[in-house]
Order: sequence, then structure tokens, then C-alpha cells
Amino acid sequence: MTVESFLPSVLALVAAPLLPGVVNRTKAFFAGRRGPPLLQAYSDLWKLLRKGAVYSRTTSWVFRAGPVAGLAAAIVAVALVPLGPVPGALSFQGDLLLLAGLLALQRFLAVIAALDTGSAFGGMGASREVAFSALTEPALLLGLAAVARETGSLSLSEMLPAVSLASWALHGPALALVAAALLVVFLAENSRIPVDDPNTHLELTMIHEVMVLEHGGPDLAFILYGASLKLWTLGALLVGLLAPGGDPVAGGIVAFAGMVGLAGITGAIESAMARLRLLDVPRLLTGAGVLSVLGLLLVRR
Amino acid sequence: MSLFLAALAVLLLGGLGALAASRSPRAANLLGALGAVLGCAFGGTVALRVLAGEDLPALRAPWRVPYASFHLEVDALSAFFLLPIFGLSALAAVYATGYLRPFGGRRSLGPPWFFTNLLVAGMALVVVARNAILFLVAWEVMSLAAFFLVAWEDEREEVREAGWTYLVATHLGTAFLLALFVLLGREGGSFEFEAFRAGAQPGALFLLALVGFGTKAGFVPLHVWLPEAHPAAPSHASALLSGVMIKTGLYGLVRTVTFLGTPPAWWGWVLVGVGATSGILGVLFAIAQHDLKRLLAYHSVENVGIIALGLGLGSLGWTYGAPWLAAFGLAGALLHVLNHALFKGLLFLGAGSVLHATETREIDRLGGLGKRMPATGVAFLVGAAAITGLPPLNGFVSEFLIFLGALRGGTSSVAGVAVPGLAAIGSLALIGGLAAACFAKAFGVVFLGEPRSGEAARARESGPAMVVPMALLAAACAAIGLFPGLALRIVEPAVREVLPGPDAGWRPAAAAILDRAALAGGGFLVLAAALALLRRALLRRRPVGETVTWDCGYVRPSARMQYSSSSFAQPLTELFGILLRTRKRIVAPRGPFPAGASVATETPDPFRERLYGPAFAAIARGAAALRWIQIGRVHVYVLYVALSLLVLLAWKLG
Repeated sequence: MTVESFLPSVLALVAAPLLPGVVNRTKAFFAGRRGPPLLQAYSDLWKLLRKGAVYSRTTSWVFRAGPVAGLAAAIVAVALVPLGPVPGALSFQGDLLLLAGLLALQRFLAVIAALDTGSAFGGMGASREVAFSALTEPALLLGLAAVARETGSLSLSEMLPAVSLASWALHGPALALVAAALLVVFLAENSRIPVDDPNTHLELTMIHEVMVLEHGGPDLAFILYGASLKLWTLGALLVGLLAPGGDPVAGGIVAFAGMVGLAGITGAIESAMARLRLLDVPRLLTGAGVLSVLGLLLVRR
Repeated sequence: MSLFLAALAVLLLGGLGALAASRSPRAANLLGALGAVLGCAFGGTVALRVLAGEDLPALRAPWRVPYASFHLEVDALSAFFLLPIFGLSALAAVYATGYLRPFGGRRSLGPPWFFTNLLVAGMALVVVARNAILFLVAWEVMSLAAFFLVAWEDEREEVREAGWTYLVATHLGTAFLLALFVLLGREGGSFEFEAFRAGAQPGALFLLALVGFGTKAGFVPLHVWLPEAHPAAPSHASALLSGVMIKTGLYGLVRTVTFLGTPPAWWGWVLVGVGATSGILGVLFAIAQHDLKRLLAYHSVENVGIIALGLGLGSLGWTYGAPWLAAFGLAGALLHVLNHALFKGLLFLGAGSVLHATETREIDRLGGLGKRMPATGVAFLVGAAAITGLPPLNGFVSEFLIFLGALRGGTSSVAGVAVPGLAAIGSLALIGGLAAACFAKAFGVVFLGEPRSGEAARARESGPAMVVPMALLAAACAAIGLFPGLALRIVEPAVREVLPGPDAGWRPAAAAILDRAALAGGGFLVLAAALALLRRALLRRRPVGETVTWDCGYVRPSARMQYSSSSFAQPLTELFGILLRTRKRIVAPRGPFPAGASVATETPDPFRERLYGPAFAAIARGAAALRWIQIGRVHVYVLYVALSLLVLLAWKLG
């Protein structure tokens, strides 16, 4: 581990809240509005960190520990992902499994904190969250297994930079299928349209938002920051697959531009389509899993 | 070896003492637990010494039963299985002193102690027996002791039914084992394990072992007895049955494979297929349950499936000469055996503590127990997170090894390894997601929110005899998660016992990887602590208020408006409805002033309903046709005996 190897993680910790800003600006552009400032998420976090909090009498220590431990899991997850050709701070064979485990931990903590409120809304969001994530997990891991099969490495920091223009030329269709699957996982896990709508105002239709309804003050700041880190982590997987490798400095800059571009694409998708009916979401997620399997089968070694 | 025999003797003496002292619940508790704890301490020492590298000479004593000998040997594989058997049993015995106390006034405590200790001794003897007859005797002692524990509360009809189902299932399994050992003995010319060899039909022997041992282990579709029997037993016994007894089936399977030599590829495919099926169906059925202990029992089916996936991958690695795949699959499977004993034992003890405090296992009648039973709540949460495979706990470590094996297999260029590897990756990922859903439900609905009934509202924490064993098990789950290198040292000798050939230095490699994962786990804990301090500092000078949960302005919220176990599971039971066939009874509200409405869901086991139910009904009909033979007079039966002897004599002479 060298000092440089911490750079992608530090950049992620600093720049992650920028991504929701880019998404919202893009959506405002499509809607013909000016939209909130790019750095709005930072102001929100700053404001929330200086606020007090109100807790439900039903809640216990689980509700208070959830956001804290959830953010810790998200921060460790960030350390595992590379940015373009620059490896993550921590990497080893099979680190993709740890990444999936940490994301699952973050989710599990959010879910039990939601159930701790004793609210029907919290239960509803939690129930939907666990059902949908059970379907995204195979899509994510099978997709990454396809990349591993293509590059012969089981470490994210080795296999994502190893996907080069040559491998796209050789296995373009397979990698495109995997990229499509990872895009669906990225949108679903970050509660984006077409799976969930972060801007909805009706509790009955929410998934992620309704789980965090009861949190306020620093707890909510931790949750929002954790969510933008998760957006970064999953986005970095997709960008790492698409970005060409190369020189660490130039490649890193290209990858960062790619992250911003991905946020822009997310905004465009949110502007161009409505969310799916809840009953149709499992079909989309199963479809992503099938794409991953197809990608895996098409990669011949 | 004498220490091991002393362990068995102390266990049995404790059991007999408890039986003799049946009159006094206090004395029975004391004698039974003393025998169990001392016996387990002796036995555990033997297991640890063998795993540390000591070579214990085998014990051979003649036995007057034909073909039998009293041949015991503790090799590393046996010692590895002895470790959870003795470890969990000692803790469960301490727990039982608290758990059984309220039964003391109503029932005699002698029999449960006697059969608990007999079960422990039987399990220990199963994994060290080296003669087929001795093995089968130990197997029967274990199975019958378990039967008497399952059927202990025999005044309840569902318990009698569960006991009966278990008894039939276990003996059907034993029938396959008899055939297996007879065939092995015929090839080897002796019933000593060391004489056993594969012979002409190793495939048939493997299938016999898979069915016979798979019935005990609970592979789908041989699992139907498990969700009936395990919840019916008293909770400390449920922990032993689910935590260690079903593992003797896995031990038997692994041991048999060592007789048969290099496995052909299709054994690995079959194991991966069985593992994926058991894993996915087990967790799906678990999600749909409303009974806490039944949910846990179905989860054992899932975990046995995960272990079978590991064994299958290990077998494929062996077949194709991929030493790392073989070692990772087998090591992951064996480590999961130990880990499952820890967290499933913990969860059953936790469920027992809930049952002790509320007298109900119905998840929808519980809620809010985390505040009323804080220690049980924390212990159950650790167990739930561990069984889900979340870092930094022990479930993650063993699933990681199996998963890594699957990834190595899935990225291989040999189709015979790659396809099962992919199947294992997909099913492990799905199982992980579904298990998280299941345990979010089990922990969330039982321990969080508001109590849904008076029993739950009045619940009190259990005494230290019950809490301390749970705390120790939770600590063990965390220790293996944070120091996986130590766990690998325990597994390594057992792996070497099974896999032939030079060991490819897999352990240092695996330890280096797992240490990095554990470093991330430690980092997570440190960060979480730091963030907790930050949160406290931020809130110190700010207003922190308390109010009610947001309810959209509804004026009279009640605890029954919370999400329940069936509503939480509904998206998943709906999605997998074709497999689960959940039955719903809905009384919809009618008219402008509806008087009442209700929804009830129930998910019976489809294999029991559709496969075994009709099959056993047909057998019963067939047997009824022979009723005319049964006249009920003794002299007629004596005539039958005489006639049979005559026919046999004629056959022998002719």
C-alpha cells in the first residue's frame, strides 16, 4: 500500500456528493428548470450535521446504530474499488465478494433500523428493499464473474483496469451485456428510476426513501453521505469496465470524467422514463441476471 | 484415547445420575449438566490435541457381536467434527439448566438430561467409530436419543406427529446405510473401515451414501422431517440437532468418499446440484414461515445446501486435479460446518430464550423484545448477521472460501468445472440475498418495533445460565470473523486427511486473502466506533427530542398496524409463489361499515404434501389389504412363526 493507492478512495470520499448534484442538474436541464446548485448535497450535509434530532419512542439502539455503522460499511467499500487504472486502497483475490458483503451489510443495517420504528411505512420499504436486492445480488456477482473470466483475475483493482480496448474488440458483445446488467444493478441499488423514485412524495410508492423517513439530523447526514458513496462505488465498477486503461494520471482523469458522465446519464434516464410498476421490477432485475449469465457464457477463454 | 472413553463414561454417568435423581428437578439439572460439561471438556481436549498435531493410537478391542469390533480412532477429520459436537453441547447443557427449570414442577427432568447426554455421546462415537457395525450402533443410539428429545413434550399432538415423522425418516435413511455398508464390507471382506474399498460400482455406493447420509443432513427433498422435528424438541436440544447432529450426515458422506478414491466428475455435479436446490429452497421456505423455530430449522436445510456446494466444488477440484479448487471447496465446506454449529446453535438458544420469556414461537405475536431482553436481542442479532454471511463475522469467512472456489471454477476453461462453478456463484448470491431478507424479518419482527401481544409486552430477560452461553457463542462468531487465520489452522489437518497428494500451500494463500478481508472488517469496526463518537459530539449541544413514530397523522396507531412476518415476506413469497404455494385465506372488508377483515397465510412443505403424503397414504392402503392376517390371538402368531421357520428350513436344505 502506497500513498497513491489511497488517492482514489480520498477522491471518492470528497467527490461522491457531487454525483447527486450532477444527476439533479441534468434532470433540471431536461425539465427546463435551472435546478439546485451542483454542490447542493454538500450544503445539505453541512446543514444536517449541525442539527439536533428527534427520535421515536418506539426506537432502540438499533435505530441509532444503523446510520453510523452503515456509513462505516460504505466507507470501507469505497476503499475496494479502483478508479479507472488506479487500484483501490485495499485489494486482494476475491475482494469483489467483500464488496458485495459490505453493500449487503449497509443494506441490512438500513433495513433493521427501518423495522425498529415500528411503522408500517418502514416495514413496507424494508420488505421491498430486501426483495429487490435479493435479485440484484446474483446479477452483480455473475456480471463481475464474467469480467473475472475475461481477465483471469478475481480482484477488482486488477480485473477492471485489465479490460482494455483489445478485450472489447475480442469480446465486445459479452462485455456489453455485462455492462447493461451492471447499469441495471447500479440504478436499482441506488434507488433510481426505473426501480425507485428518489423524488416521490407518496410514502406508499417509496422503497428506499420510506425506510429512512424517521431519521433526522446527523443520522440523516450519515445516511445521505453513505448513499452517495454507494452511488460512487457501484458507478466506479461500471466506469472501470467501460473506461480504457492507460496512464494512471490521464486514465484517472478520464475515469473521473466518466463518473460525472454516468451521473449525467442517470439524470437523462430519470428524465426520459417513468418508474416501473412495483410488480414489474423483479422482471427487470431477473433480466439483468440473465444478461450477466449470457455475458459469462459468451466470454470464452 | 482413554481420555475420550472417560468423556463418554462421564456423559453417560451424568445422564444416568439425572435419571436416578428424576424426583428432584434441581438434582437432575445439576447431575445432567455436570456430566455434560465435564464430558465435553474431556472430549474437547482430545479433539484439540489431535488438531494440534498429536497422533493418538487407535483403540481396538474385540466385541462379541458378529463382524463387529470396538475400533475407535480420532484422526483430524474426526477431531474436526468432535470440536463443534463437544463445544456446542457443553454450552447447550449450561443453557438447559436455565431453560428446563420452569418445566421442573410439571415434568420429570431426568429423561431429557439422560437423552441429551446420550445424544452427545452417540454423536461423538459416530465420528470416531472405525467399524461399520459399531458405527451403525452409534448411529442408532444418536438417532433414538434424538427421537426421545423430539417427542419429549408428548402431550401435544403436533409433537407426537413430529416425532413419528422423524422416526420414519431416520430409519429409511439407515436402511440405505445398511445397504451401503453391506456392499462395502463385501468388497473389502471385512467391516473394518480400513478394509473398505470402492470395488466395481463406486457410483452406486456414492448414491447410497448420498441418500442415507443426506436424509440425516437434510438435503432437499429428504429434508421433510427436519422442519417438523427440530422445532418440537426443547430449545437446547433443537440447537444440538440443527447445530451438530445433522452434520454427522455430512461427516458420513465425506468419510465414505475417502473410501471410494478419486471421485468421477458427476459426483461433484450431483453435489453442486443438490446443494443449490437445498440452499435455495431451504431459504425460500424459511422466509415463508411464521414460527420462529421452524424458520430456523428450514435455514439449516439452506446451510447444509451451502456445505454441499462446497463439497461438490471440492470434489470437482479433486477430479480435475485442481488442488486449489479442491482445497477451497472442502475447507470452506468444513469451516461452514463449524460456523453453522456456532451461529445456528446461538440462534436456537436465542429462540428458546424468547420462547422461555413469552411462551410463544409465533413471530406475529412478538415484537419489541430488544428493549425487554437486551442481551438475547444482541446475541440473536450477531447470529442473524453471521448466518446471513455479512462481514466481519464467521459466516462470511466460510462462504467466502466456497465462493472463491466457485469463482475459480467459474473462470476455468474446463466446461465440467466452469458450468457448476457458475451455478454455484449464482445460487450462492441468490441464497445470500434471500437469507438477508429472512433474517431481517426474523430479527426485525421479533425484537424491534412495538410488542404485538401481552406476552411480548411482559417479556423479561432470561437468567445468566441462558445468557452466558449465547454470549460465548456470539463471541466465537466474531472471533472467527476477525481472526480467520486461526480457523484455517483448525481446518487444515482435516482437509489434509481427505484430499490425497501433496498439499499445494493453499492455507497460507487463503490465510493471506482472508487476513486482508478481516483487516477490512476490523477497519469497519474502528470506523463505526469513530463515527459513533462523532455523532455523540455533534448531538451533545443540540436539542434531541422524543415523539411518536410518523403515522401520516392517523390518530389511533396500534401495534397491529406494524408490518408482520407475512406482510414482510409477501413480495418474495409472491415472486416465488410457483415453488412455495403459499395458501391465503382472505376475508375482505365489505360494505360501507365493514365489521371485520382478516388475512391468514400458511406455507406447508410441498414435498410433504405432494410427494410423501400421497406415497405413504398408498403404502398404508396396501398394508391395510393385509389386515386379515392380523387376528389378534397368540396361538395363531406362534403358528406363523413355526411356519416361517419350516419354510426357511426347507429353503436351506433344498
